[in-house]
Amino acid sequence: MSTLALDAEALYAELRAGLRGLLAPDTALVGIWSGGAWLAERLQRDLQRPGAHGVITSTLHRDDFGERGLAGGAGATQLPFEVDGRDILLVDDVLYTGRTVRAVLNELFDYGRPARVTLAVLVDRGGRELPIEPAFAAARVALPPGQRLSLARGDDGRFTFSTRSAA
Amino acid sequence: MRNPQLNRHGELIHLLSIEGLPRDVVTHILDTAGTFLSVSEREVKKVPLLRGKSVFNLFFENSTRTRTTFEIAAKRLSADVINLDIARSSTAKGESLLDTIANLSAMHADMFVVRHAESGAPYLIARHVAPHVHVVNAGDGRHAHPTQGLLDMYTIRHYKRDFTNLTVAIVGDIVHSRVARSDIHALATLGVPEIRAVGPRTLVPGDLREMGVRVCHDMAEGVRGADVVIMLRLQNERMSGAMLPSAGEFFKTYGLTPDKLALAKPDAIVMHPGPINRGVEIDSSVADGSHSVILPQVTFGIAVRMAVMSIIAGNEA
Repeated sequence: MSTLALDAEALYAELRAGLRGLLAPDTALVGIWSGGAWLAERLQRDLQRPGAHGVITSTLHRDDFGERGLAGGAGATQLPFEVDGRDILLVDDVLYTGRTVRAVLNELFDYGRPARVTLAVLVDRGGRELPIEPAFAAARVALPPGQRLSLARGDDGRFTFSTRSAA
Repeated sequence: MRNPQLNRHGELIHLLSIEGLPRDVVTHILDTAGTFLSVSEREVKKVPLLRGKSVFNLFFENSTRTRTTFEIAAKRLSADVINLDIARSSTAKGESLLDTIANLSAMHADMFVVRHAESGAPYLIARHVAPHVHVVNAGDGRHAHPTQGLLDMYTIRHYKRDFTNLTVAIVGDIVHSRVARSDIHALATLGVPEIRAVGPRTLVPGDLREMGVRVCHDMAEGVRGADVVIMLRLQNERMSGAMLPSAGEFFKTYGLTPDKLALAKPDAIVMHPGPINRGVEIDSSVADGSHSVILPQVTFGIAVRMAVMSIIAGNEA
């Protein structure tokens, strides 16, 4: 497989439509920093959800801290609502090994005990190393392990996907 | 010679002094501290970054407060913390510094937080530890107190946002102060255009001018138009008479009172590394007043120490 043409805007429209079945009136949208946070921000607006969405980062619970140290530039977790007893929908751009989601779940539980947590992603690229599955994925693709796939947001707010080979 | 605090990739592996640290390393520490500040407000005030690591607090010189903030910071990172009352134990029995370190390393220490009356002691330790062991200087002699310098920078950035248009006055016993030295290096690194050292001739060394510092022996001149006033503690225990007529005399000339503070900018902040001597270097009404950010400094200090410890622990020598 050389290059993969993923239309991020089309996938976003599919994600938006797919989420309608997953969202209860009191469900809180929480985007995983950074791509998932952009998605959550736009979904909150496009789906006219009340209140503010949350942003969560895996930085403080990562299992590769020993090798990678603290990754620079990660924003801080912001959950502007009560987590205890809340129905939470985590949103991310790409689901791969599942390690980020594992770290994010630990981060989330530092703020309280949610009633339920589900996961929705734009792209599931397989390659899971942990028993984590999304409730909704707008696309499922197979990519070689050396390839990195990440979401980008343009100045106009439109999404694109970029792929590059990991160094 | 390479800076002993950095590995060959330019990453921080020990924190010994702010002197010689590149601006982006300092800024990275401050940014990371911002992430940790919110940890103290969560229901679970703990993150697992240093889980399974042992942090040894080695205070050869007493300091309950600094030791406690390092202990809290290490515990919030899930490290095991061992406090050694070293002043009263092995060294009193004649053991050398390096023998003490070798023994504690054999107990699988991962990090040493060191305070020592001798300038340079943390450097000596950093040179002799194994590659996976990290050293944080918690104050060495008159030389440096880098985490205090960094938390002061965090505080200034929190209230003033930008360093490049500030006037910062450091007032008092500068000659004995490792805090002043660390602050001056940090302020210069971050691009503060006007740094003033204010105090009597006996307590403000003239060679500060070579570091780009404006030396003021007149309090009014020193404080006028300042955005930040950092008061230092009058270090009675380090002073051998003769340098000052009396504490009362010092307060009259250099103590920060409301009328002297009125010469600074209307939105100036007042800082102090603590512990404060009310009525010696600072008036009670100023210490407790609306310009004072002395207690927020303490809160920020924990986040800054968490940042330093987690950054160095994540980098290999």
